[in-house]
Amino acid sequence: MMSVAVSEKNITTEIASGIEKSLNAASSDHALRKEALESFRNLGLPPNKAEEYKFTPITRSLEKNFNFATQNPVSKNTDVSAYAIPGVEADVLVFINGVYSKEASSIKSTGAVTVLPLQEALNTKKEIVLKHLGKHADTKADAFIAWNTAAFKDGVFIHVPDNTVAEKPVILYHIHDAAQGQVVSINRNLIVVGKSSELTVLEKFDSTGSANFSNTVTEAVVAENAGFNLYSIQNDNGPRYQFGLTQIYQTNFSRVNTYTFTLSGKLVRNNLQFVLDGEGIESHMYGLYLLANDTLADNHTVVDHRKPNSFSNEMYKGIMDGSSKGVFNGKIYVRPNAQKTNAFQANRNILLTDKATVNTKPQLEIWADDVKCSHGCTTGQLDEEALFYLQARGISKETAQAMMLYAFAGEVLDNVKHPVIKEYLDNVISERLHKNF
Amino acid sequence: MLTIKNLQAKIGDKQILNGINLEVKPGEVHAIMGPNGSGKSTLASVLAGREEYEVTGGEVEFLGKDLLELEPEERAREGMFLAFQYPVEIPGVSTINFMKTAVNQIREHRGQPALDAVSFLGLMREKMKLVEIDQSLLNRSLNEGFSGGEKKRNEIFQMAMLEPKLAILDETDSGLDIDALKIVSNGVNKLRNKSNAVIVVTHYQRLLDYIVPDFVHVLYKGKIVKSGTKELALELEAKGYDWIKDEVSVA
Repeated sequence: MMSVAVSEKNITTEIASGIEKSLNAASSDHALRKEALESFRNLGLPPNKAEEYKFTPITRSLEKNFNFATQNPVSKNTDVSAYAIPGVEADVLVFINGVYSKEASSIKSTGAVTVLPLQEALNTKKEIVLKHLGKHADTKADAFIAWNTAAFKDGVFIHVPDNTVAEKPVILYHIHDAAQGQVVSINRNLIVVGKSSELTVLEKFDSTGSANFSNTVTEAVVAENAGFNLYSIQNDNGPRYQFGLTQIYQTNFSRVNTYTFTLSGKLVRNNLQFVLDGEGIESHMYGLYLLANDTLADNHTVVDHRKPNSFSNEMYKGIMDGSSKGVFNGKIYVRPNAQKTNAFQANRNILLTDKATVNTKPQLEIWADDVKCSHGCTTGQLDEEALFYLQARGISKETAQAMMLYAFAGEVLDNVKHPVIKEYLDNVISERLHKNF
Repeated sequence: MLTIKNLQAKIGDKQILNGINLEVKPGEVHAIMGPNGSGKSTLASVLAGREEYEVTGGEVEFLGKDLLELEPEERAREGMFLAFQYPVEIPGVSTINFMKTAVNQIREHRGQPALDAVSFLGLMREKMKLVEIDQSLLNRSLNEGFSGGEKKRNEIFQMAMLEPKLAILDETDSGLDIDALKIVSNGVNKLRNKSNAVIVVTHYQRLLDYIVPDFVHVLYKGKIVKSGTKELALELEAKGYDWIKDEVSVA
């Protein structure tokens, strides 16, 4: 035990001293970073079996597989066509090994909507960026958030002013090229959607090579009556270790849909946190994890109902193959004055092998008395009787399995609104599930 | 078409079929009756290839092939059809997509090209009329939220789509009201011809007023203990099964 505790301290120290060296007292966000670094040192990376990381030994994995004193290799690969979603009109920002690649990116939006690399925005849009940056992702709550805030390299800043519909989605490609050595990237996004405005953002994670880790924090502030859709597609070829936090702050009558698709990777931890600080809000969280081999995917979600009359609905579904592990933890808080809250949560899992596992835990904390809340989780194998029924009609066992798995996943896919993104995801998922019908 | 010789089967440690012999020829309708627990549904399940049942002896030849060697889907492709006693609900799979896949996998097995969307829809419309089933039902998830009658009509609709050589109706009449029973029976009768055959497994003689059998067999303790014509079914309806049990115990 002793040696474990000591080494955990070491990795925190190693990372902290690296961050310390990178700090620049002259930068506009220096105070934020400095405070976050202190918080990072105080918290330390979560030790083995820490409550919030009980099934996800992320610190030990990082310690074993990464050297945080080294620099990322510079990638010459700026051809992102292999990772791009075909046929989608979008503003595209590409981050290769954590660094913004102007050459590979294509930002077409001009005029009202601002789409900029965050570092550039910290210079040219300092006032609005500093008004929101770090105000929602709590550096005191989690060492990974503190780490990100102290050390982020770049990311995107999107600002949609009031009464504006961003016609095209903004797509962020986070590409890791770890062929020449380990890659560690710390990315930060800030999204501000103005009153009665609309925006869609998609983040896609891809990697090649072996050791790579990313820590990505996205803060989204969604103003009154605004609509915001956020897609996250995690489908790495390489064994990416990943921590992500998406922190969404909603006010009156705003509508947010998040879609999280985890299709591969080595260890993926997604924190998705909603603060519903208004009335008449709608929040939908959709998640699908299709895991194989030894992938571990851990989705931790928090929905915090702070005011009356809002609605949240969460549906996460997973199919675990090989010796993969799924983890789902869904917290719902309904504060004392958040009467007439409707909050629903469902987590459904299919285990395809004896070695695959899932740990699922709903946590509802309700202080108001006039609310409708429900949660349900199920875990099982494919229904043998249903398989036999399909086979008895002449359908091969493989096709029958694919039909049932596709139908299971389809319930999440059906909720994807953007037609081109939907088609893309449908193709990826169909291929993964060997759909041949 | 179907020759069953001394078929024996068990589930777990429980021996259920104790030597069934049955010969079914093209154009024939056979009714299999018997008291609860006599092995009627087991026989239907074993023929369709349900895995939980273990065949412990005997042989089954279907259209010249060793049926027991075939996977369930291969049996269906060779022309066997089981109308389920309890049709399964499958959320997210529509009857239409499911049937399109089934029809085309069977066509592929027969060396026929896949049906395109237009031909498939045409075929479907034609067969829908047979069982008076509405397309809105077929667009929905398979059997999900269907009434008992709707599920059974859907079974016969599938039978019509797949045009089997041998259809086994496993208590298709149980739980149906008279209107639904007529619709289902009508569908089956319209599908009958000289080259196909039907095995009707039932508790109730009433069905046999609508689907008239050529032969009636009584199954008891896993064996066919008596065979006759449709009059046997009427006798069973009037007198129950006790006299058969007595005959068996005397023998």
